[in-house]
Amino acid sequence: MSGAATAAETAAAIAAGRLTAREAVSAALARIAAHDGRVNAFTDVTTERALAAADALDGRLGRGEPAGPLAGVPFAVKNLFDVAGLPTRAGSLINRERPPAGRDAALVRRLEAAGAILVGALNMGEYAYDFTGENVHDGPSRNPHDLARMSGGSSGGSAAAVAAGLVPLALGSDTNGSIRVPAAFCGCFGLKPTYGRLSRAGSFPFVGSFDHLGPLARSTRDLALAYDAMQGHDPDDPVASRRPPDPVLPHLDAGTGDLRIAVAGGYFARGGDPEAFAVVRQAADALGTAAVVEIPEAARARAAAYVISAAEGAALHLDRLRERPGDFDPAVRDRLLAGAMIPAPLVERAQKFRRWYAGAVAALFETVDVILAPATPCRAPRGGETTLVLDGVAMPLRPNIGVFTQPLSFIGLPVAAVPAWPDAGLPLGVQVVAAPWREDRALRVARALEQAGLARAPVAAGLDRSPLEAA
Amino acid sequence: MPISSEPAALGGYVDAAAPLLGLSLAPEWREGVIAHLSAILAAGGRFDGFPLPDEAEAAPVFEAAP
Repeated sequence: MSGAATAAETAAAIAAGRLTAREAVSAALARIAAHDGRVNAFTDVTTERALAAADALDGRLGRGEPAGPLAGVPFAVKNLFDVAGLPTRAGSLINRERPPAGRDAALVRRLEAAGAILVGALNMGEYAYDFTGENVHDGPSRNPHDLARMSGGSSGGSAAAVAAGLVPLALGSDTNGSIRVPAAFCGCFGLKPTYGRLSRAGSFPFVGSFDHLGPLARSTRDLALAYDAMQGHDPDDPVASRRPPDPVLPHLDAGTGDLRIAVAGGYFARGGDPEAFAVVRQAADALGTAAVVEIPEAARARAAAYVISAAEGAALHLDRLRERPGDFDPAVRDRLLAGAMIPAPLVERAQKFRRWYAGAVAALFETVDVILAPATPCRAPRGGETTLVLDGVAMPLRPNIGVFTQPLSFIGLPVAAVPAWPDAGLPLGVQVVAAPWREDRALRVARALEQAGLARAPVAAGLDRSPLEAA
Repeated sequence: MPISSEPAALGGYVDAAAPLLGLSLAPEWREGVIAHLSAILAAGGRFDGFPLPDEAEAAPVFEAAP
């Protein structure tokens, strides 16, 4: 197998008896063995567990038991998800000394209940405080479309594994953009659902106020399949919604004729490279809309998210900062140390502003159903870069990659990240943003862009050449 | 008076706050910490003056029981 099969195609082939789960899992393991030395997406490959699960599934299917919607689909998770038997390292050196997790994270259990098969854990920026995918302990996850470029982060291994065709489905986390940024840089689809929609139980936190988990894949159908399989209340996550599951797959092809769609102007239309905005305009053209709306006070929202992230992150890690500061990634440590020193009133004011802003954006969604915005201000920078130049202004790269994602996750809006290819170069992303709990609308618009040919997530071509050819 | 985020004004604050919090900063980390704190406080300055009524609730709401 080339790695090009989607999750839906793999599950359909297994359900129809054209492929066994063992064959699907063995093919994924073979691709990981062949390519991950260069991509560095995986930190753990759970070969034994995966083959045992595949054989068990083949046995059940052989006895005529029903195939789940993700039957035999290999998947992998960012290494902040608990995987039974592995320490949940969350990209850090310190956490890998923790005892192995006794139980899988809730979302791993839900995907496996739908038939999917875990094949490993994925590289990430330390403690998820990252937009680059670089990691001083495990090395960087690399962009499969150009190995000299960043994968983006912090779910860098998740996007890289999907774009390299190592797995058709991965899970990541997104606090300020950590699914949407790497999805854009690596050219794959991602979904950051509404805050509280998917259980975070059994995952290592970063900023409890806006930590989200979600899937990355190479088609909107795969995103919907995985998202639907993971929905549902979980008493183990105190902020998990009590809403009943709201399946998207039945509505995915409903079209966009009934939706009011607009492009985000103002803050979301400046401060980036021209191509970042060009792909948003192309998406708007494909959807037949010329409407523009202004998300109010987005710059302040981003600033408030920045402050809360630093403060909550510092509070989370304060004991580790006291006891083992030298064991952190320096790029993360210095930000967390600064975060510990933020005057408390500023954090409370950021949270008060957050409620005001959520109300103002809710009012905007009375007039529009879906908003399009760029995902990142630029394409994937070269690995190791620390400076970003936008509109001729040089700025620190790490925090500023998330300038367009941060104001949206700040108030928990559901966003589908859609990969777009404006030319023969690297991809960029479009954020398809909907009102809270309307993931269906975001995914329907993403699907329409996919059907129009504008959004696509090919497996990186260069990896399938032999090392001799590549040289 | 707005929030001060001038790095030059923050050295003394960082030096005082670190032991207060039980943190010890290696000398070579100090400049980076001050730069990050300056960026955070500058971000704070963007919303600090935003007018909100005294009655405004913060976003996280505690629920005594479900």
